[in-house]
Formats: sequence, C-alpha cells, structure tokens
Amino acid sequence: MKAFTTLTARAVPLDLVNVDTDRIVPARFLRRPRSEGYENFLFHDLRETDREFVLDRPEYRDAQILVAAENFGCGSSREAAVWALAGWGLRAWIAPSFGDIFFENSFKNGALPIVLPLERVAALREQLKARPGSEVTIDLTAQTVTFPDGSVQAFDVDPFRKECLVAGIDEIDLTLRHADAIARYEDNARKASPWLFDGYH
Amino acid sequence: MNGKTLYEKIWEQHEVATGPGGRTLLYIDRHLLHDGSFHAFEALRNAGRKVRRPDAAFATPDHYVPTTGRENITHPELRDKVETLERNATTARITFYPVRDDRQGIVHVIGPEQGITQPGITLVCGDSHTSTHGAMGALAFGIGASEVAHVLATQTLWQAKSRTFRVTIGGALREGVHSKDIILALIAKIGAFGGSGYTLEFAGEAIRALSMEARMTICNMSIEAGARSGLVAPDDVTFEYLAERPYAPKSADWEHAVARWRALPSDPDASFDREVALDASVLEPMATWGTSPEHAAPVSAVVPDPRAEPDAARRGSMEKALSYMDIAPGQRIDGLAIDRVFIGSCTNSRIEDLRVAANVIRGRKAVVPALVVPGSGLVKRAAEAEGLHRIFIDAGFEWRDAGCSMCVGMNGDLVGAGERCASTSNRNFEGRQGKGARTHLMSPAMAAAAAVTGKITDVRRLL
Repeated sequence: MKAFTTLTARAVPLDLVNVDTDRIVPARFLRRPRSEGYENFLFHDLRETDREFVLDRPEYRDAQILVAAENFGCGSSREAAVWALAGWGLRAWIAPSFGDIFFENSFKNGALPIVLPLERVAALREQLKARPGSEVTIDLTAQTVTFPDGSVQAFDVDPFRKECLVAGIDEIDLTLRHADAIARYEDNARKASPWLFDGYH
Repeated sequence: MNGKTLYEKIWEQHEVATGPGGRTLLYIDRHLLHDGSFHAFEALRNAGRKVRRPDAAFATPDHYVPTTGRENITHPELRDKVETLERNATTARITFYPVRDDRQGIVHVIGPEQGITQPGITLVCGDSHTSTHGAMGALAFGIGASEVAHVLATQTLWQAKSRTFRVTIGGALREGVHSKDIILALIAKIGAFGGSGYTLEFAGEAIRALSMEARMTICNMSIEAGARSGLVAPDDVTFEYLAERPYAPKSADWEHAVARWRALPSDPDASFDREVALDASVLEPMATWGTSPEHAAPVSAVVPDPRAEPDAARRGSMEKALSYMDIAPGQRIDGLAIDRVFIGSCTNSRIEDLRVAANVIRGRKAVVPALVVPGSGLVKRAAEAEGLHRIFIDAGFEWRDAGCSMCVGMNGDLVGAGERCASTSNRNFEGRQGKGARTHLMSPAMAAAAAVTGKITDVRRLL
C-alpha cells in the first residue's frame, strides 16, 4: 500500500450533506471487475443530470482533496465508493463527519479521511468556492491541514491508522504477527462454546 | 465502579490482542458471505492467502439472484455472480445455500433463521445491514471488501471501541403502528448521522414487548441513523426464538449457553455516552418524503419547507431532495399518489411482516403493480403453508422467490425513472431502487395500504 505523509494539492468543495455510497457509485456498476476502473462510475448519475457538477469543472479536474459536508459516505458498505474516489485521483477527504464503514474503508486503500469541526469545513468550502483551484496542504505526521487563507487546523487521527498509513503497512501481515494469540483464543473459545465450531448443528 | 454495558461485555470477551495505538484485535465468531463478496475472495487469492475458518462462514446468493425463473438464470452477469459465490464458497469448504435450497435467502434473514446468529457473538458481513443481527444480542456490523478479506484470512478485525448510545422506547405501540415506525421516528429525531461513532442499544418496555423479528427491523436500520451496530439485550423472547434452530446449542450446551447469555444485558449501573428516549404510545405510522432516511415524518404531516433550515448545505440537500422526489413543501404525505409497491428486503420480509401486510390486503385488490419478495425460501414456504400467498396473488401481487430484489435493484428488479414506490426497504437514496426512482419508506402495513389505495394512506383507516 502506498504510504501517506504529506499532500499539497488542489481541493474540490462538495456542498451536500448525507452523500451516500449509492450516489458515489450506483449499485448497478458493482458487478463490474475492479480492473475496469471504478472512477468511470464516480457520481455517475449525479453527473449525468448535473452538467456543471463540481468534479467536472476544469479548475478542479486534478484535485486530490475532497471537502464535503456532514455524513459523507453514509449507507452501503461498498468499498467501491473508495475505489472510485481514489481511482479519480483523490487521496484525502475532509468533512465534519463520515459514514463509519466508509471511514474505515478509506484507510484500507491508502486514503485519509479527516474530520474537522463543522464551521471549519464550511469555511474551507467557502474559501475554495471563492478561489477555485486553491491548494490545501495536509501533513499527516504533524496532523494539520493548511487552508488556502494560510490558517492551520489541527486534526485527530487514530494512532493505529496513522501508523499503517505513514508506513504503508498491509493490515493482514500485521495481524498475522499475532497468529499465536489468535490460535490461543480459538483453543479457549472452542472449549467454552463448542457449538460455534466445526460445523456443530 | 460503574457496571458494564452489553456492548462492553461482548467486546471484552472477544479481545485477542492489542496493537499499535491501543487498537484491539477483535475475534469474529461468524461471517456471512453473499454474491457481492467476490471482490474479497479475489483479493485473498491475489495475496495467496487461505480461509482460516471455513466452519465460521456461511454463504448464500441474495443481491444478484433473480426472484423469478432462477432455476436457469439467463442473464450472464447475474448467473456469473451467483456461480462465482458457489465456486468460492465450495472451494474454501464454506457452508453454501444454493438457490435450489429452501435455506437460501437474504443473509440477514437466514442468519437468525438458522440459529447462526446467537447472543453474545461477534458477527460480520460485507453488507451494512449486518446491524440486523444485533436484535439477538450479537455484536454485528457491516464491513468493506478489505475487511471481508481480513476476516477470511485471520478471523479477526482491528477495531476501535465505539461510544455507547442507549435508546429507550417507553410505552406501547398503538394499533397500526409497528417497529418500522419506531426506527423511522428515531432517525427523524436524531438524524442520519445521529448514531455515527456509536453502538446503539435499544431498551425500554416497548422494545421488550416486540417479537424477535420486529426487533430485527429496528436493529437493521441502526445504520440509517449512522450507527454501525444496534443491540437489543437477549431475553426470553430471544431464547424462545433461538431454541431448536439448526445451529443453536443443543441439550446441555443449550443450558450452559442460556446461563451465560442471561449475564449479557447491560448492568443497571452501566453508563452510556448518550441517551435518548422515545414514547411509542404517541407514534403514528411513518413515511419518508425525501432522499435520506432522516426525511421521515408521521403520515399525517406535511412536507417541511427547506427555507426553515438555517444550515446552507442542509438546505441545499433538502431542496435537491424535494426536486428529485417531485414533491413540494407543505404537501400532505397522506394521499400522495404512488406507482408501485415493494414488500421485502432485510428490513421487512419475514413471516410476521407478510402476515401484517396480508391482513390489510385480504379481500382487497392492488391498484398499482405490487411485488412481494419473502426474505428466504423458508419464509416463503411458511407463508404458503398459512395461505398468505393466496391473499397476495388474489389481490394481484406478484409472489416471488427470496432475495434482496427491489431494495437495491442489483438483480434487475427495478423501479422505473420518475416512478414513486411505496417500499418496506431501508434506503430512499437517490437512484437506490433504480435510476430516477422515487422511494417512500414505510412499514409493511403502510405499504399494503398504499397498494390497495394507490396512494400513501394511513393504514389505520383500513383496519
């Protein structure tokens, strides 16, 4: 997995609350193999009806940071939502809150979801709308976001997720370092609850 | 010292190790797989990893499976998804229920039905409505494809403890008001992200009075309030439901298990990070008017005016929702004409749901196209044994085979663009039931009332 440390890039504002993962990638595309490139389906139906959709405006075309509103990525657990955003070239998303499953799925694909206070995210979207194409800097090591107006906002990140992102660690490899603990747990569980093992029924 | 919540008890019993930053490696007891799981199997294969515990996983096709003519699936892509799951499951020696087996159905219906879901276990599935299983006192949550692969390979997940949120539902439901109305009223109250970062626990006398299936409807839609999991403490209703199910513990094991399960409920002195109370006795039948489950209101209400919303992003989203739904502020929800009805989904496709709907339909005719999709082959057989299918068929409903169907339309059961659908499913998102489709969520009773009147109708007038 690609490591994530700092990123200075154009940011694109998206002024909608409760953007669900069905909207990010409509369900009918989920049967397609990943090799087809899920970025082709990103916000597919929204963009079809809204020709001015913000991602299609030339000043945001090479944006790598998305600045969204509350509950971005809610709904379905489809990881394809992250694949589509990442495939488009986005590497970080900032919002006041995210769908919990989408939030976790982001990290698994080397992307960084950042939660900032509601008013700060709204201010950031306003700055980006006032000067389209402005850049934002994310420093994961220092845990700061630098806005186009030069103001610096600190953010929290789970230390586990930070370590995995900064080092580009494969989570399954990390887990398998605990293979003995898993085996011990299973031995005890098999004795305590045999009905949860070996096809008991 | 404070007592522990149900959530904390299950959590502590599943801690395997502590990792960087204090994260917990949590053991996963059971894993459900469906025909959308192919991405995870592919990732596992590409990494050259094996399934650690095939005995802990159960697989059945539900998302892509047609609900009619499925002995020979002609659509090549759908057939491929169903066959791919069978191949992936059987190669890994995972228990698999094919379409020809009555045990096939929506994963969140068959887990409890087979006794795979039990109190105090951890259960995951690559589907956000895995929260359903929390109704049995299991810590159950939806995961993405990477996490599905992680569970297949290691039987664990790295998890951060969530905050806890108790929802106490007091009082008794009035006639014509059901558990679907409770959860829609809760989401309208706390919002579609009111539960983000929390595990919900549903408590109170109204919850205790609900059947197991009615509790599943509530936990199912926890995710629509933003919470990955919803829980109900196990009680005699739970044990009665579970006893004698195929995967339930037997004889002496059963006695041991029940004794342990009785210790699971939150201690009286346990504290929660957030609490909300709701009075069931004042609830009305609910319906949604917009494109988020939080856009729910009592059927007697009118559509709200976005101009009253101070937050710009929220106002814009409401305006967009009203335009998509072709509905105006001030319009009454009761009486809104609909084009189609769907009774089904992991929220409301169990035998009790079908009984409630059939009770409204009996002796009446559907005046719009209407579809009933039982949650499993066994639900279908049980309904047929009671003669419910005759009531639906005589009223002009289509009586289909089990699957997710029109909740998400991945199998081709779609609502047309611009069509308004009264649906017992869980999401009224833009395009959820088909491109341009307009969804109004409601209970099976309300959907049945909509079918026989052609509009959103307070079902209490038909009882």
